[in-house]
Amino acid sequence: MNEAAPGPASGPEPAGNPDRLYILNGGEGHAEAKKGLDLVTLIVSRTEPDPGLQPEHAAVVRMCDYPLSVAEVSAYLELPVSTLTPLLTELLTGGQVEARPPVPTAALPDVRLLEAVMHGLQKL
Amino acid sequence: MDYKSSDGYAGPRSEDTLPASATAAVKVVIVGGFGVGKTTLVGSVSEIRPLTTEETMTQAGVGVDDLAGIEQKTETTVAMDFGRISINDQLVLYLFGTPGQQRFWFLWNGLFEGALGAVVLLDTRRMEVSYDVIGRLEERGVPFVVGVNAFPGAPRYPMSELRTAMDLDDSVPMVDCDARDRSSCRDTLMALMRYLYTLTTVPTEPQ
Repeated sequence: MNEAAPGPASGPEPAGNPDRLYILNGGEGHAEAKKGLDLVTLIVSRTEPDPGLQPEHAAVVRMCDYPLSVAEVSAYLELPVSTLTPLLTELLTGGQVEARPPVPTAALPDVRLLEAVMHGLQKL
Repeated sequence: MDYKSSDGYAGPRSEDTLPASATAAVKVVIVGGFGVGKTTLVGSVSEIRPLTTEETMTQAGVGVDDLAGIEQKTETTVAMDFGRISINDQLVLYLFGTPGQQRFWFLWNGLFEGALGAVVLLDTRRMEVSYDVIGRLEERGVPFVVGVNAFPGAPRYPMSELRTAMDLDDSVPMVDCDARDRSSCRDTLMALMRYLYTLTTVPTEPQ
């Protein structure tokens, strides 16, 4: 719940604490991956498609030569996420692809993460 | 357009691929009723043509006229449109549009888990959907801002009236959002980020 909720947002904005870099891919990645695949988990191939793979599996390995989110793979394969997830799990277990879990955001996201997003949005 | 490869499935166009350095993603959810402009908003700021992902869920039918005592099951398929903004070489932001009606709330578990926050697109022609959505987001503790997408011909109200009608806390930002306009959509997302920033940096009040 939103216990951290907001008093009036009036005070000066403190500078972000430089020590608190958001975790992009650290030791917690493995634990995160075990919790399952998120819509925005990035899938990246680790091998070329094996000719023995089923067509859907081969397609995932081929299209993930550059990172793609689970949602994008689902869209391109026209498979519901619930159908795609077991397929991806097989490929992960087989080592054909790797998963890059989303940035963990606990109750509230990290200041440095927000600053990075704001900086990125300003370029739009 | 997408190309079809030898395995018969389309994939991203070469200009739609992320750099190999993309390490992790974050997501923001756009919630609102049908026709309120979720997909338009996503399309206005996305670097890729909005894509559609589907989720299905088998639900036991609510027991009405269930004379035989057999559970009726219905399979619900819901399409969610989404888009993408590369924040930098490593970080990617995904925007998901999801319908706000209660019967689609089953989608929310996976969707909101780990999400930075939400934009509620308010349709002044159908306020009740937004009202329910806001209540549900508050229950779940999802931070959100409200974007008022003013349609031509839709009734216009002062923000303060809308805030009262929505029973919305004063601290929750409300902004005008023209879903067709890139900079307006960007400003709405910025309003969400600034709000999250204040939530993160304001000390927690004692319980």
